[in-house]
Amino acid sequence: MRALRSAEPRSIKPYPRLLLVPAVLALALIVLPLVGLLARSDLSRFGELITSASALDALELSLRTAVASTVLCVVFGVPLAFVLARGRFPGLRFVRSLVLLPLVLPPVVGGLALLYSLGRGGFLGQAIDFGFGVSVPFTPVAVVLAQTFVAMPFLVVGLEGAIRGNGQRYELVAGTLGAGPWTVFRRVTLPLLVPAIGSSVVLCFARALGEFGATITFAGSLQGVTRTLPLQIYLANETDVDGAVALSILLVLLAIVVIVITRPKALS
Amino acid sequence: MSELAADLAVQRGEFHLDVRLRVAAGEVLAVLGPNGAGKSTLLGALTGQLRPQRAAISLGGTDIAELAMHRRRIGVLGQEPLLFPHLSVLANVAFGPRAAGMPRGKAHSLAHELLGEVDAGEFAARKPAAISGGQAQRVALARALAARPELLLLDEPFSALDVDSAPRVRALIGRVLAEHPETASILVTHDPLDALVLADRVAVLDGGRIVEQGPAREVLSAPSTPFAARIAGLNLVTGTVTEHGLDGLSGILAAEARIGAAGAAVFAPSAVAAFRERPDGSPRNVVPAELAHVERAGDLVRLRLRASDGGPGWVDGLRADITPAALADLDLQPGGLLWLAVKATEIVVHPQRAAR
Repeated sequence: MRALRSAEPRSIKPYPRLLLVPAVLALALIVLPLVGLLARSDLSRFGELITSASALDALELSLRTAVASTVLCVVFGVPLAFVLARGRFPGLRFVRSLVLLPLVLPPVVGGLALLYSLGRGGFLGQAIDFGFGVSVPFTPVAVVLAQTFVAMPFLVVGLEGAIRGNGQRYELVAGTLGAGPWTVFRRVTLPLLVPAIGSSVVLCFARALGEFGATITFAGSLQGVTRTLPLQIYLANETDVDGAVALSILLVLLAIVVIVITRPKALS
Repeated sequence: MSELAADLAVQRGEFHLDVRLRVAAGEVLAVLGPNGAGKSTLLGALTGQLRPQRAAISLGGTDIAELAMHRRRIGVLGQEPLLFPHLSVLANVAFGPRAAGMPRGKAHSLAHELLGEVDAGEFAARKPAAISGGQAQRVALARALAARPELLLLDEPFSALDVDSAPRVRALIGRVLAEHPETASILVTHDPLDALVLADRVAVLDGGRIVEQGPAREVLSAPSTPFAARIAGLNLVTGTVTEHGLDGLSGILAAEARIGAAGAAVFAPSAVAAFRERPDGSPRNVVPAELAHVERAGDLVRLRLRASDGGPGWVDGLRADITPAALADLDLQPGGLLWLAVKATEIVVHPQRAAR
């Protein structure tokens, strides 16, 4: 141990010792509430609590909508990431910052924006009502749209960085081997991005699963229709604390799984 | 049969490239030049990565100047192998044929065949990360050839390899290119040795222009421009490889040199010592020569030599770098006679591409 230490330069400390105090406090702020949550829980009834009718409804709806919005994010976000990473047009930087908006905007504001554009009175909502005779707000479709809205940046930003980091060296080689643009994209570009797409998709799914503010504003809270897990937890906390805590722990476990899957990529 | 005829002008900022090239099928043209001479600009213009101001490129009778990169049939072997990391070695080599629509089975058997040609058959199932740099470069050559290019561009293909594998890969590329007489090749390099071993002709590029062009052994052993001489930089004597060196010269055989084949003895001007009287003792290569002229070479002086009456012909054009004090000791004027000595350990005999 001593031998290992002496290999480090002694003269420069890695950081001032005083920084340890706020650093530990910061960590405590993250960890202690989770300990509190665990302490409040009734683990003996955990299985029973997360399988109540309303909890199962919420769980099923959450999984369905989060999967749907993740698919939407991939279908539309992967091409957007390519355009942002490789496009050359005036205003590109402005577009890039637009994509970040849902990340920094309070979700409730996003929900209002969706409501007043896609709702009955909104300009898109009127067009949809006129064209298809349907109304989007307060339906599972609204849940999916709200989740897609908030989760899209997680996919686009992560992927955009990976696309830029990969460069085009392999694509050039593929070109000299006679592969046309689509073949290059399918057989070289995309396969090389698989790790980045994977970790972005997991983060995107996690964000969609946890979405609350935009959902309750734009889609409401109807059991089995728009009441996702976070909404169910919020509601249950008023009447059935044990159920709310159990569902919360379920989401914490899911979050830990997500971090374990994505951590190697995020840290490197 | 593919012949390249290119007439290119490219403007890149302040830099201007203006060259005319011709390479026959089966021929290897080495483009020799220092960094910044315009070598990569030339390659970029040929592959289509750069848009030239003026371009007439005919390859195998087709005008390809306006074609997209993937339709030009120009293969590239660069400094780094850049094997696709997500594909096996075999799938890498089969990539070109597959992209051209060849059925999988046929593409794979072609890939196996080419991997055999580059002595890499045993790696077929491995991922690129599991083979060495020299092995990967050989696989990259097989991959480039599998796409059946009409023109193969070799862009400093040995510069990223370690000193042990570079000569081996160089010899292998020489052998494999000879087995593909349908392909024209351009080798871009800053190392005259690469040109010597691989090329039929050499074009010396400086400041975006070709300053000298001709058969490899002529340009390298008797450069007619000072610039080419500085680039080539080394003394070079061509002949037939013998057990002890090259014709009348004693030297060390490079690993790839084969006795009886064409070779070139290469040694630095600083390895040549000059004497007024015939020296006694160890150096095996002691010959008379005539002093042609003297020029400055940094802190040293460079003697240019020519064959003396009755002396060996190979000293013609040789350069010897000596100190000004040694020159004073020699007390010679151009036209005077002197003795040269080169230690056998300073001379390396390399294989040379057979004359076509």
